[in-house]
Amino acid sequence: MRRGPLDLVRARPETPFEFSFDGEPVTALPGQTVAAALWQAGHLAWRRTRLGDRPRGAFCGMGACYDCLVELDGTPNVRACLAPVRPGALVRTQRGDGHGELR
Amino acid sequence: MVVIGAGMIGAACADALARRGMRVAVLDRGPVVGGTTGAGEGNLLVSDKGPGPELELAVESLRLWRELAEDLGPRALEYEPKGGLVVARDRQAFTELQASARLQCLSGVTTVEVPADALGELEPHLAPGLAGGVHYPQDAQVQPALAAAALLRRARDTGRVHLLAATTVTGLSEGRVETDAHGTLLCASVVNAAGTWSGEIAALAGATLPVLPRRGFVLVTEPLPPLVRHKVYAADYVADVASGSADLQSSAVVEGTAAGPVLIGASRERVGFDRGLSVPVLARLAAQAAELFPALREVRVLRAYRGFRPYLPDHLPAIGPDPERPWLFQACGHEGAGIGLAPATARLVAQLLDGEQPFMDPAPFGPGRFGKEQA
Repeated sequence: MRRGPLDLVRARPETPFEFSFDGEPVTALPGQTVAAALWQAGHLAWRRTRLGDRPRGAFCGMGACYDCLVELDGTPNVRACLAPVRPGALVRTQRGDGHGELR
Repeated sequence: MVVIGAGMIGAACADALARRGMRVAVLDRGPVVGGTTGAGEGNLLVSDKGPGPELELAVESLRLWRELAEDLGPRALEYEPKGGLVVARDRQAFTELQASARLQCLSGVTTVEVPADALGELEPHLAPGLAGGVHYPQDAQVQPALAAAALLRRARDTGRVHLLAATTVTGLSEGRVETDAHGTLLCASVVNAAGTWSGEIAALAGATLPVLPRRGFVLVTEPLPPLVRHKVYAADYVADVASGSADLQSSAVVEGTAAGPVLIGASRERVGFDRGLSVPVLARLAAQAAELFPALREVRVLRAYRGFRPYLPDHLPAIGPDPERPWLFQACGHEGAGIGLAPATARLVAQLLDGEQPFMDPAPFGPGRFGKEQA
């Protein structure tokens, strides 16, 4: 059997739920951050760089580097590594600086 | 020649000396731009200086920066001739600002008065209700770490410059520089470009130079679309720069960068070399910046950095030979203006070393001016 962190700490998570990532359903566990849920589902990138359009995902994983920004329920520039994911959340790949209102 | 310090001033001096055919070793106890240069904003300003020797040095230095940008390419330095905009909050401040601009004009500074209703054309996101401003087209910006590295690279390309990083100077006397990593270096002259730590270097030679650290913080916002076009600050900033007080002074200096983040300075405190993060100082800077640019209220700050300006009691740098040690040249104490003043400082040092007629009277920068008070 494949061992993961849930087995190691003998976790008994509550019922999984679904949210959407770029229109695709993704399963998450209660308490997970957006980044953790996306990683668990095999998604490593959820932002494109402003210059060069390169993929970005979690880097520091603790809120310091601002590399993992994502659009969550229509709000851009959310740190995926800190934001808890909720049932039905609409997560979208972030492009640009998310400050269209200042243009 | 030995140049102590691989920051902006040391890099500019090494470049100026090497281009005159001298052989130069540049020493630094840390890496290149590991001190104040790496913690700076890269201000090339005439706007914040009143008539006098520092302004004369600044006007020449900004001319030299333009030449450097042409020679090395603006991208190598992130040189941006964006101009400065100083704004006044009320009628009285505007009157005072106009009066000081007229005086600066006589010293070769281009100034353009901007009435309140024309501020929006220069800076669309500026807060309403300001009394007016003065536009300084000569003000510019470089990325200081890039600029210092580019000058050091150009200096090394002459084949006459050796860079010795991670090398601490342990002793200093005529013709001899003792180091921990490279033994004793024999040389004709020494240029002390150790910035905020120049006092310690001078002391190794038995000289006195009362350089003190004046701490400043810079806030870095998340990347934004072009929001701030000039270097924008409130007129009170000039009074802060000139203040001799050890207490906290702060007034927002706001500028955009090529990469997108907006930089917000500038605080001034004399608290020794305390690297602690001061939340009240950061909050005050942020509030002052948002007062100038209300759109910044909705913008996040990603990080803050701090540095220590090399402060001399009369706010003028020390440039020239030590009066009792003609082999020891000081090139330090530029406080917050070292990036801007670097090329002209280097030119002055090179001219004095070569026995040439200097482009301006160096007497106001004479390192001996502090000695008498001490004795």
